[in-house]
Amino acid sequence: MEISGPNSVAVRTENVCRHYQMGEALVRAVDGISIDIRAGEFVALLGASGSGKSSLLNLVAGLDRPTSGAVIVHGTDLAALSRDQLAKYRLHTVGMVFQSFNLIPSMSLLENVELPMRFAEVDRRDRSALARQSLERVGLSGRLSHRPMELSGGEQQRASLARALINRPKLLLADEPTGNLDSRTGTEIMELIHSFNQSLGMTVLMVTHEQTLAEKYAGRMLHLADGKLVDDKANKIELEPVRPPASRGETQ
Amino acid sequence: MKLYDVTDLAIRNLRESIFRNSLTTIGISVGVASLVAMLSLGIGLQQLASRRLEKSGLFDTVVATSRRDLRNFREQREEGPPPAESRSLDEAARQQIAHIPGVVEAYPDIRFVTDLRFDGKPHLTMVAGIPFSAKNNNDAFDGMQGSFFSSDASPEVIVQRSFAEELLAITPKPGSDNTSIAELAKPLLGKELTMRYAERTSSPSLGQNDSAAYSVVSRQQVLKIVGLTDLDPDSMRGMARARVFLPLKLAQNLHVMPSNLRDASASDSPSYTSLSVRVTNPNQVPAVEDAIKKLGFNAFSIVDATRSMRQFFAVLDGFLAIFGSLALAVASIGIVNTLVMAILERRREIGIMKALGASDADVRGLFFAEAGAMGLVGGAVGVTLGWAIGRLINFGTNIYLERQHFPSAQIWSVPLWLVLGAIAFSIVVSLISGLYPASRAARLDPVQALRYE
Ligand SMILES: Nc1ncnc2c1ncn2[C@@H]1O[C@H](COP(=O)(O)OP(=O)(O)OP(=O)(O)O)[C@@H](O)[C@H]1O
Ligand SMILES: [Mg+2]
Repeated sequence: MEISGPNSVAVRTENVCRHYQMGEALVRAVDGISIDIRAGEFVALLGASGSGKSSLLNLVAGLDRPTSGAVIVHGTDLAALSRDQLAKYRLHTVGMVFQSFNLIPSMSLLENVELPMRFAEVDRRDRSALARQSLERVGLSGRLSHRPMELSGGEQQRASLARALINRPKLLLADEPTGNLDSRTGTEIMELIHSFNQSLGMTVLMVTHEQTLAEKYAGRMLHLADGKLVDDKANKIELEPVRPPASRGETQ
Repeated sequence: MKLYDVTDLAIRNLRESIFRNSLTTIGISVGVASLVAMLSLGIGLQQLASRRLEKSGLFDTVVATSRRDLRNFREQREEGPPPAESRSLDEAARQQIAHIPGVVEAYPDIRFVTDLRFDGKPHLTMVAGIPFSAKNNNDAFDGMQGSFFSSDASPEVIVQRSFAEELLAITPKPGSDNTSIAELAKPLLGKELTMRYAERTSSPSLGQNDSAAYSVVSRQQVLKIVGLTDLDPDSMRGMARARVFLPLKLAQNLHVMPSNLRDASASDSPSYTSLSVRVTNPNQVPAVEDAIKKLGFNAFSIVDATRSMRQFFAVLDGFLAIFGSLALAVASIGIVNTLVMAILERRREIGIMKALGASDADVRGLFFAEAGAMGLVGGAVGVTLGWAIGRLINFGTNIYLERQHFPSAQIWSVPLWLVLGAIAFSIVVSLISGLYPASRAARLDPVQALRYE
């Protein structure tokens, strides 16, 4: 949180393991992974089903604690944080997007996007305006009072992106954000994530099954197999920066 | 999370499953209602009993007598000056006693045995003067037939049931119901009694210093029966209690020769046989009694029975509260059940909130607020319901009392502290019920919760 220059390390895992004891058998969901992700990087996490992608992402998100090894985010070892501090870390440092959107069905889009601000105790009078802004950025300004079920998958995922970004996180963690979407809508979402990565300088760690999407948007691809890192390669991407740097000061 | 947000989210959640939460809240209401109904009856009965006891004059009256009364000589020997030197209970003494703190009034006891003629037949009985203030202070006159004296000196009498029966030559049969007081009153109200008595007049021929000299003249006074009481207004007097009552001023003006000769011979100025001293509160009886003794008179009272009565009602209220709380205890299990179900249903939602950065305390607070809100609403509805039930019981009881020719009575009371206390209790019970579900929700593992589809 102190060190956040463009080339500083945003996420570092040191021989991190997450093992599950299933009766007799020990499931090594994450088995000794060490990676460094620099601030502002767009990293794709690839691998077969059950290779441990989600497990690793949850460790970085502070939703889960490793069996051994360390996860260090912007210089803070998550293992040293209390449950409360970990909640604060999720609230302010991390934004999460899921395959199944995970919007709260009883709340309108505006209320869904406002929810993290309630936990962050943002002044009630400012919340509505901030949530509108955020929904506007993902192109949903006309759907503020709709419930999630009244929207298409792509719209729901955009709303969940708006919610993930509302507390201005340094780290966007996405677990197969396009997994439930058709390829055209999936591309729209990827464009959005890419634009936030570019304009806000936000570090992105994204789990995906789709090699082509990863190749198109991610600057780096990590391949997992059986809980281990099997491949780590940089990727030359041909996309242009989407937004002018001027909009950077607005949110950062 | 701020309190506003916790409350807001809690209310949203309660509305999401409004049917189930309403049922739970109704459960709480019934529990609170039974508690309030029980306690309101307990409190009402206690108030009724203490009103009755206070108005009976048994516990708020001290009787003062002069130590010169030779009948008491032997008992009083150890304390105070010898009877011969002690003060006489005259008007000056009465005023002094009336000014003791805590004393409402001190009035002379005028009672004599005399002959009352009705329909030409003589009836011998004890007659007593009663002060005009007894109209509102003595419970016996609350449910009486006819009316109280029209003034403090009017030639009127109120007769007690047993004397009325004697006048009408009715002998109450044991086992069967008594003749109702209204039936007794019909032939008697407005009728006249002729009282024959001996008047004592001081002899004008003798010197002022020798007021002990007097003459006795036989007189008679016609008295109109204005009222008839069922209860005994003079119950404190035991064997000496009167059955016919005159206005006190009238009784004083008659200067009836005391039935006890010694009272007469000992007096050197117009003095009273005894004074009834009424105090504001039964608690003050001992202090007033002491003060009267310090002034040089004898004083006696019946020990304060209200204390043991209060003790009895404290125990009764305790039992009623326990029984009333049983329903609330059952209702609190309903809260636990509802909230645990809500956790299962909202498992994913809790996981999402945690992933978004909600702390354990946020989640716990949310479930607490839901429990508290159900407690608050349940408490408020329950108090209203309990109040209505208490009223209904009171209403029914009074119909029954009326059928039995008893005066109506307020056996139910809902003081403000009971209203607020019941609501607070309901909230506290609900919060305690929310303790387990709330901590279970707070401990929920977000990874598991989000995996669950
Ligand atoms: N709570 C758990 N208890 C036992 N085993 C678990 C648990 N969570 C995950 N696993 C196991 O850990 C392994 C990795 O799971 P994970 O969800 O990380 O895989 P994934 O790469 O995200 O797969 P997918 O692409 O299908 O989402 C799997 O074999 C899974 O069965
Ligand atoms: Mg997964």
